[in-house]
Amino acid sequence: MASDRRLVRAAFAERARLGASVACGLLAALFTVVLAAALARIVALALEGGHRPEEFVPALAAFALAAIARAIAGWTGGVLAASASARLRTRLRARLAGRLVRLGPLRIGSERAGELSATLQQGIERLDAFVASYLPQLALAAGIPLGISLIVAWQDPLSGLVLLVTAPLIPVFMVLIGGLAAARSRKQWRALSRMSAHFLDVLQGLPTLKVFGRAREQARRIERTSREFGDATMGVLRIAFLSALVLELVATISTAVVAVEVGLRLLYGRLGFEPAFLVLLLAPEVYAPLRRLGASFHAGTEGSAAAERIFEVLAREPPAIVVAPALPCPDRLAVRFEDVHYVYPARPGASGTDRPALAGIDLDLEPGRTLALVGPTGAGKSTLVALLLRFDVPARGRITVDGTPLERIDPAAWRRAVAWVPQRPHVFAATVEENIRLFRPDATRGQVVAAARAAGLADDIERLPAGWLTQLGEFGAGLSGGQLQRLALARAFVADAPLVVMDEPTSHLDPSLEAELAATTRRLLAGRTALVIAHRLGTVRHADEIAVLAGGRIVERGTHDVLASRDGPYLRLLRAARGEA
Amino acid sequence: MRELRMLLRLARPLAPSIALAALLGASTVGAGVGLMATSAWLITTAASHPPLAVLQVAIVGVRFFGISRGVFRYAERLVAHRVTFDLLARIRRWFYERVEPLVPARAGGWHSGDLLARAVDDIESLEGFFVRALSPPLVAALVALGTAGLLARQGSRFALVELAGFVLAGLAIPALAAWLARGSGRRITTARAEAARHAVDLVQGLADLHAAGRADETAALAVAAGDRLTHERRRRAVVEEGLGAATDLVARAAVFALVLVALPLLADGRLGGVALAVVALAVLASFEAAEPLVAAAEQFDEQRSATARLLELVEAEPAVVDPPRPIELPSVPPSGVPAIRCESLSFRYAPDASPALVDVALSVEQGARVALVGPSGAGKSTLLAILLRLWDGWTGRCELFGCDVRRAAQDALRARLAVVEQRVHLFRATIAENLRLGAPGAGDAVLWRALETAGLADEIAALPDGLETLVGEQGWGLSGGQRRRLAIARAVVRDAPLLLLDEPTAGLDAITERQVLAALARAANGRTMLACTHRLVGMDSFDEIVVLERGRVVERGVHAALVAADGPYARLWTCQRELLAR
Repeated sequence: MASDRRLVRAAFAERARLGASVACGLLAALFTVVLAAALARIVALALEGGHRPEEFVPALAAFALAAIARAIAGWTGGVLAASASARLRTRLRARLAGRLVRLGPLRIGSERAGELSATLQQGIERLDAFVASYLPQLALAAGIPLGISLIVAWQDPLSGLVLLVTAPLIPVFMVLIGGLAAARSRKQWRALSRMSAHFLDVLQGLPTLKVFGRAREQARRIERTSREFGDATMGVLRIAFLSALVLELVATISTAVVAVEVGLRLLYGRLGFEPAFLVLLLAPEVYAPLRRLGASFHAGTEGSAAAERIFEVLAREPPAIVVAPALPCPDRLAVRFEDVHYVYPARPGASGTDRPALAGIDLDLEPGRTLALVGPTGAGKSTLVALLLRFDVPARGRITVDGTPLERIDPAAWRRAVAWVPQRPHVFAATVEENIRLFRPDATRGQVVAAARAAGLADDIERLPAGWLTQLGEFGAGLSGGQLQRLALARAFVADAPLVVMDEPTSHLDPSLEAELAATTRRLLAGRTALVIAHRLGTVRHADEIAVLAGGRIVERGTHDVLASRDGPYLRLLRAARGEA
Repeated sequence: MRELRMLLRLARPLAPSIALAALLGASTVGAGVGLMATSAWLITTAASHPPLAVLQVAIVGVRFFGISRGVFRYAERLVAHRVTFDLLARIRRWFYERVEPLVPARAGGWHSGDLLARAVDDIESLEGFFVRALSPPLVAALVALGTAGLLARQGSRFALVELAGFVLAGLAIPALAAWLARGSGRRITTARAEAARHAVDLVQGLADLHAAGRADETAALAVAAGDRLTHERRRRAVVEEGLGAATDLVARAAVFALVLVALPLLADGRLGGVALAVVALAVLASFEAAEPLVAAAEQFDEQRSATARLLELVEAEPAVVDPPRPIELPSVPPSGVPAIRCESLSFRYAPDASPALVDVALSVEQGARVALVGPSGAGKSTLLAILLRLWDGWTGRCELFGCDVRRAAQDALRARLAVVEQRVHLFRATIAENLRLGAPGAGDAVLWRALETAGLADEIAALPDGLETLVGEQGWGLSGGQRRRLAIARAVVRDAPLLLLDEPTAGLDAITERQVLAALARAANGRTMLACTHRLVGMDSFDEIVVLERGRVVERGVHAALVAADGPYARLWTCQRELLAR
């Protein structure tokens, strides 16, 4: 539960509000004592008999005022805790989003993107129960039982002793609840999540089950498996609930012991009625905070599970920031890779060691020329491109632009100089127009339309119900593969940058679309410097040079005609692609 | 209220357990009431110094209530959790049975898995329906009535005060809570959707944003949207805390009102101090049952919307239903008829959609191998889906082994088919269990032979647990090619006469592709095979190639002839040769 400690440390920044919330809780407990005293007074007066109703007024007034004050203190405490939690969530969210941005796409990786966006959105909110309810309850559970026991001891030392004898047991209960309940909720949680994972698995595989004729029989199996998991969990719960049983028993039995012991001494005249009755009223209050703590425990564990994910991301090392003053972007975009190495950092918790992705790349890109990168999957093409896009910095070696180290160039200036055409652009939840404007938020409608026309996308957009203002969906639903490609190209046309970095799509579309996209790509690259991860023969033929990558190294360089005429890695790649052995 | 009716209908068979859990819950609070009332009687009576014997019964009572409360609580927890698990199991089954006939045609098509994954969250949220939403009002009602019944013996006014307090705490405040939560519920849902949208844009679009230098800007949007959600939830917490405090206040107000009611009775001696103490403490203790009611109202609101979403999902009419009297299929398909025969087959996914298949004719003799080729969206997968009886609503003729597909039961028909899907789903189970999907009784030897055919036997044998290796998130991580070959082995184990392949090599690199194609060639071994593909590799091994474009058959023939014909197939072929490494 290291994440708990980190979460508590983070919550320490909200100590003023949380402290005030706990103070309100203590105040509410104090008003509970006043309430009990007033009630004891009322009952004492009634028992003595012969009092006129007016004589009850002071005690009744005290009771009413204390009840109202208690409600206000309780509310205020809750509100303060909620606001502390909200402020903490706000701050952690900003930190997490900032860290994601600084880590960059290369270090985050794409495979766990769904989980990360869920952490950013729901994970942070899950901390609420831990901060707003579990933490304050923890403090109150430590303070209130002791305080009330002392008040009771002041009224009646013997009863105080009974409660104070159980008071040292309180830390034991805390461990009981903390330990057993943690084990309980961990086990219960795991069983529940296994159960829902099974259910999810069956639902996701439902089309498969169906085509194999196994779908119908699953209904019974789902119910049976659910029940079996339930049975297994019940076995755990039977033991785990014992901690609650013990707490409940100690709470009620010690109340019972106090009641009998006080009653007997009252019988023999060794104790006044009013303190006796007050002690009876206060005895259950000693254990109430512990009960509430037990109730908020489950919510707390959910929060600490979320905290684990959040702090895992926050613990990751972002690329180093260059502190030296930024230099302007050179006009001449002569890019040079010098002995560039890159290693993917192993993720904390993930098995395996650091994976080297680039091992000593030397590469020149002359202004105005197109360089095509080819090679099998995992050769390091995407990593190389990512470094040029400054998603990360090389582990060793350097990249220079006309002699200026890339990391020294002003990032904003560099981004204006580079346009990026990915294989599969992310479609943002925004209008078509805004999506096309990605690289140039200040582009006019005219520029957007011109770019879309150049990319062959304009007609499709104009056919959409809301035209340029059509909202695009969460995952780009509504755009076909070809339209996605055209969107990426349109973005690059709007950017109108001197350097184009492109990752050609691997899947092929129908022939006429292919031809059209190839022509569009040539128009985009004309007169610009370009680095292209190529998957098409047409593209490499038009490239000024080809670099063949394998295992993070450049294994061959030259033009298509030269490389295709000799029995090297390039030719083997070419043959494999055609399905020739 | 439709949602509540649905939930209650599912809960009905559990009624005895539910009643027991509620009774135990009420008994727990009741024991608290008993403990406080008896203790009050004990102390107030002891104050008048009676003989000890007078107190003996009360002392026993105090002990009894002191111990029984813990026991009741323990039993209640156990029964309540049993009910929770059973109810969840029933809800899962209910949902599954309703959604199964709808998949995939009426539940999001080929991506229905993703859609259903979202439903799982809603189902899981119903987990708390009994403990947090249904049980508290039941317990509160039992406690209120029980306590009121006891109080009535001291005077009906006391019972009325108790009931009035519970009506306030149990109906008025939760109603207020529901009313206040309704507006905020909508605002929170909107804020949550907004926050999710921006979070997805930030994380999944991070590469594009970084390249455009707009990551900080989008991060700021995501943070702002998340903060709005936090703000809305904080506002709601303020209301909830207030209502909780109000519930608490109602309990004290009930005691206050009770004393006011008692004062005149005390004055003229119709009520003694002992009775007042007993009544006051009983009322105070009984309001423990009102504490969870505000949260219950809020829970109920959430679960109602979750149920509404589920109902919406399962309410569609199934796309394919079995005929009322399906014809019996012989265990071995008759020889001499084509394995597949389609004539003038036309289909649209929706009445207003563009046609997916137009007048398609296809005949595949038994033992033949036929390829369906064409660009994405040409209708290849659609044709397979119709053969698999996943979609209906087509016109024309469609027969498998001489039987009209509409006249047979779906599962009887599918028993003749083995499929290798484009999106291979492997279950979180062992390799053996995954392989046995299509043939539950298959022995290990059959599995190994199938793995041999798929070219995967050596790799599996090298695993420490062999066939018993778990696949899926916590298990063996498979590469794309291994998944595909495992799916081929699964189809081989099924041992059906007709093998359907949907893009068997999509997304694989060239070397893996060759491995998979070799596995398929071995798997075909005498079976009829229909393969959809847009990768034109190993095409000369097919007896016929059918070229689809925009739902129409535009060309057919063997590879060499089609290449020579310089038609659509030749264009695809040239286009393919334009492709470099993948």
